[in-house]
Amino acid sequence: MKQIFALISGLVFGFGLVISGMSDPAKVLNFLDIFGTWDPSLAFVMGGAILVTAPGFVLLLRNRSHPYFDTKFRIPDREDLDSKLLGGAAIFGVGWGLGGFCPGPALTALPIAASGTLIFVPFMLAGMWAARHTPDLFPKTRTGATG
Amino acid sequence: MENDVDTEFTPWLSLGGGMMIGLAAVLLMATNGRIAGISGLTSRVFARATDTETRGVSAMFVLGLLLAAPIWLLFSGEWPQQWVPSNPVLMAAAGLLVGFGAVYGNGCTSGHGVCGMSRLSVRSIAATATFMTTAIGTVLVTRHLIGA
Repeated sequence: MKQIFALISGLVFGFGLVISGMSDPAKVLNFLDIFGTWDPSLAFVMGGAILVTAPGFVLLLRNRSHPYFDTKFRIPDREDLDSKLLGGAAIFGVGWGLGGFCPGPALTALPIAASGTLIFVPFMLAGMWAARHTPDLFPKTRTGATG
Repeated sequence: MENDVDTEFTPWLSLGGGMMIGLAAVLLMATNGRIAGISGLTSRVFARATDTETRGVSAMFVLGLLLAAPIWLLFSGEWPQQWVPSNPVLMAAAGLLVGFGAVYGNGCTSGHGVCGMSRLSVRSIAATATFMTTAIGTVLVTRHLIGA
């Protein structure tokens, strides 16, 4: 059952990306181009998503002790900022600004098989593999307590 | 510049599509108790350390993502409109940076930007502000400083 709902979630997520225009890197690049051909659509996508997710998560966690088909909610509880988080986010942003793809839209657009996508996705998977095998480069700069 | 293509501002479609993304995130949390973070789910499909159950659920979610555009094609008769940068070196570098940065920083646009921001997580808000800033800076450089 949980696999079926994971599949449906992925499918709905993918349709959301297609309908919102986010599977098109041109729209993403134009959102990021606030000093040029700015297209604010992405802000509406994020706003719409948070508008549903924020109350949805609150209601779920308030009313249920565990998910319908699993034993526990897996929610990150760390609150400290460290160089791994911010360094990773900074690197991710540079790549996002170069190609106009983040992981969800890239996978959704993969079957359309544009030449740029066919190059992007395998390199993205390689980057993910590399990150999993890279230790914390600046472990001493971590501040605050881990959750 | 190669990557300069006009797009139309689509507030309603984008808001509606965004709400579907939110619905998907709530559905995955309600049924599986997992954050709908694409980089986390995707990397867990391939990571050796992943337990069988997590791998299965993650793979099914990714399969759903992959099926969305073909099903769209089936019902509408055409692929979703898109324009993808075609410079192979640029796209290879972009892919590496996106994959590495997302997993190293524990999340991407979906995990930090949608799910984390919805939980008002300090880490996710900081990560989202950071990647928005470097992404906008990157486009500023490629389109207006180098490309001008």
